[in-house]
Amino acid sequence: MNTVVADITYRAMLGRKRILLLVLLPLALIGVAGLLRLIGGPSEGTAVTLMKSFAVGTILPLLGLVAGTGVIAPEIEDGTIMHLLSKPISRPVIAFTKFVVAASLLALFAAVPTFLAAFLMIQTESGIAYGFALGALLAGIAYAAVFLLLGVLTRHAVTIGVIYALVWEGLVGGYVPGARKFSIQQWAQSIADQVSSSVFFKADVPIGFAVPAIVIVTVAALLIAGQRLRSLSLTGDE
Amino acid sequence: MTVTTVPAVATRPGVVELAGVSRWYGNVVAVNDVTMTIGPGVTGLLGPNGAGKSTLLHIMAGFLAPSNGTATLGGQQIWRNHDIYRQIGLVPEREGVYGFLTGWQFVLSAARLHRLPDPAEAATRALDLVEMTPAKDRRVETYSKGMRQRVKVAAALVHDPQVLLLDEPFNGMDPRQRLHLMDLVRQMGAAGRTILFSSHILEEVERVAEQIEVMVAGRHAASGDYREIRRRMTDRPHLFRVRSSDDRRLASALIADASSGAVSLTENGLEVQAIDFRRFTRLLPKVARDAGVRLWQVSPTDEDLESVFSYLIQPRA
Repeated sequence: MNTVVADITYRAMLGRKRILLLVLLPLALIGVAGLLRLIGGPSEGTAVTLMKSFAVGTILPLLGLVAGTGVIAPEIEDGTIMHLLSKPISRPVIAFTKFVVAASLLALFAAVPTFLAAFLMIQTESGIAYGFALGALLAGIAYAAVFLLLGVLTRHAVTIGVIYALVWEGLVGGYVPGARKFSIQQWAQSIADQVSSSVFFKADVPIGFAVPAIVIVTVAALLIAGQRLRSLSLTGDE
Repeated sequence: MTVTTVPAVATRPGVVELAGVSRWYGNVVAVNDVTMTIGPGVTGLLGPNGAGKSTLLHIMAGFLAPSNGTATLGGQQIWRNHDIYRQIGLVPEREGVYGFLTGWQFVLSAARLHRLPDPAEAATRALDLVEMTPAKDRRVETYSKGMRQRVKVAAALVHDPQVLLLDEPFNGMDPRQRLHLMDLVRQMGAAGRTILFSSHILEEVERVAEQIEVMVAGRHAASGDYREIRRRMTDRPHLFRVRSSDDRRLASALIADASSGAVSLTENGLEVQAIDFRRFTRLLPKVARDAGVRLWQVSPTDEDLESVFSYLIQPRA
């Protein structure tokens, strides 16, 4: 962890237009939750559906993409990363620091709003709010690492990230049960299921698979990102 | 190709050595079997655009792996060795500056990333050196290109590196800033630092560098003292594009003078082949004045520059 790298990365993420996406997406979630509560009153079933399909199914992967790729990909693209890489700091430390920034942003802009949205609908009933907040927090960590790696590996990180989040997790995961095992948002649901006592939903992926999967994916993505950053080739305009 | 390897100095601190370095992208060879030793003092890396200067500089800066051969600094491998940056200051050509930071924050961050004992003092000194102290509290995105360039130089100098690599450092600077940076580079070279800068402009290199390495089409075309290279480069006709208030009258006046060879009238003005470069640049204003013609533009053509460099390797080919 390097505080200067973290400081610059936070400024880049929070001081620019990117913060709009980081703020608008969770606001939309809380707004929808408020609206549903107003129209239909407190309903645990509706709350679970909102959490599953919108909070963890849409907002979390999108924010993961914005934060995970945003902490590194634009800097590689415009060459500003040279300022950090041309210093006597180990590249894996730079990658890890950027990951910590992305994960902390996801905790703030994804996990906290997830809790607030669920709380707005049904308070802490059946532990739904706690469960999905914890799920979003841990899955956010995995998303941060995976999308950071994507940002280091390819200049098309955002496109590939969208395809992963929407097509693989959203579409394929919806129809092919086996694919769900390899979906970060399903792991988030497993954690939520473990914490909550709601009868309205049952996660498809067992917790015994989800938690180790999150740990392995996060650690592996970070290790590869650090190594790839060590061999990052940057050229001039020639 | 000139080979200037001096193996004995390879392990001396501050000596950059390339041994048989090639770099290719797919089928395209950007740098082809280059061997050179860059020691203390100012060295100019000269060559037309696309000659592989930038690729070579990126290899020396540890941002590109050589496809073949080795690049070392003081005997240490450069690629995948972050500790090497204690000795290297790098000024990349790309803008590459965080626009949302102030000049002060940018240079201070460099000092802190180097874990200097007194980052604020080092940043103050570096900004002072490039005369950016008055503008240090403005955001970098509000700077002119020349100011960005200077703040990048300040960030590269903040840890007082033994080796300074600059990629086209004078681009975008106004004449006064250019002279100031040239002075700075000369002083640092005289103080025993190893300084390498790339440029496609011979006059720039000539004014600053003691040693010149010439790259043409990915090859190390020539190496040595600038006077020798200069002489060989000026011994050939130069092609200039001239625009004036009366191209026809200027053309006839120029033809009458022995310093210019072929003169042709084109849609974009005159194309003049100067046989004696120095004599031509001295005489052109005089000839124009005597003929009562106003000069709008005098520029060497790009193709000409390229051909100058190619000419340089011809006698050896």
